[in-house]
Amino acid sequence: MYAVMWSEHCSYKSSRRHLRRLPTQGPEVLVGPGENAGVIDAGDGIAVAIRIESHNHPSAIEPYQGAATGVGGIIRDIFTMGARPVALMDPLRFGPPGDARNRWVATGVVSGISGYGNAVGVPTVGGELEFASCYAGNPLVNVLCCGLLPKDRLVFGRAGGEGNLAVLLGSTTGRDGIGGVSVLASAAFTDDVEAEAAKRPNVQVGDPYEEKRLIEATLELLDKHLVFGIQDLGGAGLTCATSETASRGGVGMDVDVDAVPLREPGMEPFEIMTSESQERMLAIVVPADLDAVTEVCRRWEVRATVVGKVTTTGRLRILKGWDGDVLADVPAASLHEDAPNYDRPMRRPAWLDERLADDPARLPPPTSPSELANDLARLLADPSWAFRQYDHQLFLNTVVAPGADAAVLRLSAPGVRPSGGADVRGMALSTDGSPRWCALDPRAGTRLVVAESALNVACAGARPVALVNCLNFGNPEHPEVMWQLSEAIDGMAEACTALGIPVVGGNVSLYNESNGTDIDPTPVVGMLGLIDRLRPGVPTPAFVPGSRVVLLGPNGSGAVSLAGSRWAAERRGHLGGHLAALDLALHARLLALVAGLVDERLVDGVHDISDGGLGVALAEMMVKSGTGCRLGGIAGYAELFGEGPSRVLVSVPSVRFATVRERSSEAGVPATDLGVGGGDALVIDGLLELGLADALSSWHEALPAQFSVR
Amino acid sequence: MAQRAGVVVFPGTNCEHDVVEAFARLGVPAELVWHGARSLSGFDVVVLPGGFAHGDYLRPGAIARFSPVMSAVADFAAAGGPVVGICNGFQVLTEARLLPGALQKNKGLTFVCQVTELEVASDRSALTAGVEVGRRLRVPINHFEGNFTAAPEVLRALEDEGRVVLRYLDNPNGSAHDIAGVCNGPGNVVGLMPHPERATSELLGLTDGLVLLGALLASAGAPPAMVPA
Repeated sequence: MYAVMWSEHCSYKSSRRHLRRLPTQGPEVLVGPGENAGVIDAGDGIAVAIRIESHNHPSAIEPYQGAATGVGGIIRDIFTMGARPVALMDPLRFGPPGDARNRWVATGVVSGISGYGNAVGVPTVGGELEFASCYAGNPLVNVLCCGLLPKDRLVFGRAGGEGNLAVLLGSTTGRDGIGGVSVLASAAFTDDVEAEAAKRPNVQVGDPYEEKRLIEATLELLDKHLVFGIQDLGGAGLTCATSETASRGGVGMDVDVDAVPLREPGMEPFEIMTSESQERMLAIVVPADLDAVTEVCRRWEVRATVVGKVTTTGRLRILKGWDGDVLADVPAASLHEDAPNYDRPMRRPAWLDERLADDPARLPPPTSPSELANDLARLLADPSWAFRQYDHQLFLNTVVAPGADAAVLRLSAPGVRPSGGADVRGMALSTDGSPRWCALDPRAGTRLVVAESALNVACAGARPVALVNCLNFGNPEHPEVMWQLSEAIDGMAEACTALGIPVVGGNVSLYNESNGTDIDPTPVVGMLGLIDRLRPGVPTPAFVPGSRVVLLGPNGSGAVSLAGSRWAAERRGHLGGHLAALDLALHARLLALVAGLVDERLVDGVHDISDGGLGVALAEMMVKSGTGCRLGGIAGYAELFGEGPSRVLVSVPSVRFATVRERSSEAGVPATDLGVGGGDALVIDGLLELGLADALSSWHEALPAQFSVR
Repeated sequence: MAQRAGVVVFPGTNCEHDVVEAFARLGVPAELVWHGARSLSGFDVVVLPGGFAHGDYLRPGAIARFSPVMSAVADFAAAGGPVVGICNGFQVLTEARLLPGALQKNKGLTFVCQVTELEVASDRSALTAGVEVGRRLRVPINHFEGNFTAAPEVLRALEDEGRVVLRYLDNPNGSAHDIAGVCNGPGNVVGLMPHPERATSELLGLTDGLVLLGALLASAGAPPAMVPA
């Protein structure tokens, strides 16, 4: 029990002291980090629950089930708070698809998310898809879930009341997933084929149909106020659920392993207590309510079994029969709270100075306009290869589908209807990460990621209100990794404090390392924004014939850098240099400006400029709208492909142009008129001509071509 | 005009709330009917919505066809009442032999969620009564097993009798004859893979589902005479 509870994955022993530096308070925060999900007060009696988690190691071994159970797990964290899960997002990172194993992992993961998410009935509305060689042995499968609840249905994973019953709901307990948190998630991968194959049983197996019934049964139990507290079973299974609920409630619990319904005979008590079999919840129930609970569960065909009793001793006792032997007797809080709190050594990587000094300005430039156009076309890739496999429409909430800067959803769900009407208010969600920026400078890079994520939701007309993070790093026993983690946390804290965005939850995934090589530091951010006024016609990335194309934000060569850019990495194999600087005060003004322009429909197209720089952003606006543009004032490839923060492209109808200029000027945000929308090519005078047809074909073919059967 | 719609819910069904919301937009209250129910009396129209009834175990719809509510659905249909099966609901109706054919895995062997363009192929079904034949509609699909197939003579009969209700203009899943939806002989039982309830909102930019659901509700009159169970 201690081995699993004090594993890195469960106890955060290497990261806890650093995570304390993140800002977690805010006027709208109902529940911050430490519970199963963060919860934000969205007004109107409605709250939003949000969480992000990783399932990296299982997905490397068994991609379909690793991803499927990642989805199952994060959904349970949401409905265990009393929220109906309404949206999933999947930021995914794999090794380059030229390698067969990477293709196998990527297709398995996408299938797993599709298979589980669609069947369990939660739409997947966005995510990321990135390929880089550092993920070849260590795919990153992060999954975010968001849910809605009436504020008075909020419930915690807390036990209490002497004599109350601990009722195990859902699946039988089997041998799948034993040691998932320790053997898998808290250790690196090696070349030893047999040892790695032996890890396969440590991957959990999911059943979305069981989970769907569990969602409905749980929400019905909560609507009927039949439950004192409820906790989902995830990492470390029953050991975690029993010790955490007891510890949070300041009470003890007696658990009878013989009472636990088993999937196979002959299971040892330690297997029963550490199994990570999926689709199980632990409900704390007053004895007088047990019959009513059983009846609700019976109707939904959900198993409900009393496996424990709340005591006042503060101790977790594992028994073999209620009157049988005491197999374990430990203080409940010690499992949950007394894990070691390591202060691991940190050291700035020795290779970093050389990497920073490796100036991308000396890279050979494209030698001709057609090579430049080709470089740009090769950076385009339509992610619908993945998201077409996800139901992204269920619940009639998805106003802006996957593929834009942020997903836009109605603030409404079955059982959670705002009094003003389901179509009135909305929310925006984005997930973001940038391993290249963070490898060069974990602190500045993470600031840039937070800033970008906030800008993505602003492009949807939303005000950012909460952040969740998934910190994917290498082996914490390497001082360089600990330095990267600590720096990233500090960068996140700086950006969140300056922008007024509280961190309401997070997840740390360490030991993403294969054969001694760590992944690049990959902090991933999930951003929630609220939209007060949802109306048809939300602007998305698009050119419109006759509308002006305007760049909001800093412009000119100092605003961007080729360091850590997609162009430098993918077209020149180069990673070094210094990142462009971020002015957080300007960025905050830009967020408000863009959200206002979108909300008031002063623009008919909008696109955040992120990786791939201005060139990719322009090309994406063209392929998504089928309209080109004619621009000028962009000097060369460095301005086209350089990357930097606080930049947004807007398409502005000519009658609105003066207003947009005024608003930008009042906000103290530079605005550059680049040209006009129209035609069937992306034309930049003196620099580039990329035809719509060529761009579309590159865009559509990029992923299917890499993944086609060989 | 229909007064009261019944939307059947099996364990694993997930589109029922969307269908209820779509009907509400058309001014018709809809109630959820649990799969254990044995009566559909009082309803003017019955919908089997999308989702994963009984987890799609064995085959989509294979277990749902044995749910107690299905004999009430069969009686309702035999008495002439309008029954529409959407996506998983269509699968259930074929397994229950209330409609011909079967839905196989998509040709591309992946799940597909996208907007498709349909053409109304026949106006002699409860879902398309009064709708112009040839009218084009933009309605989303969302399925892994939507590839309609049937024996050659069954396909021929469907075509000859005007029982192909909707056709894909750009076949997304390999369905025979580009078939997106079919009906029974009398036209009161209709199955379709696309989700009309997902195309009933200006906010979402898709409203053609209102044409189909509106036709359904307009043509449904008083509840059919029910044969006692």
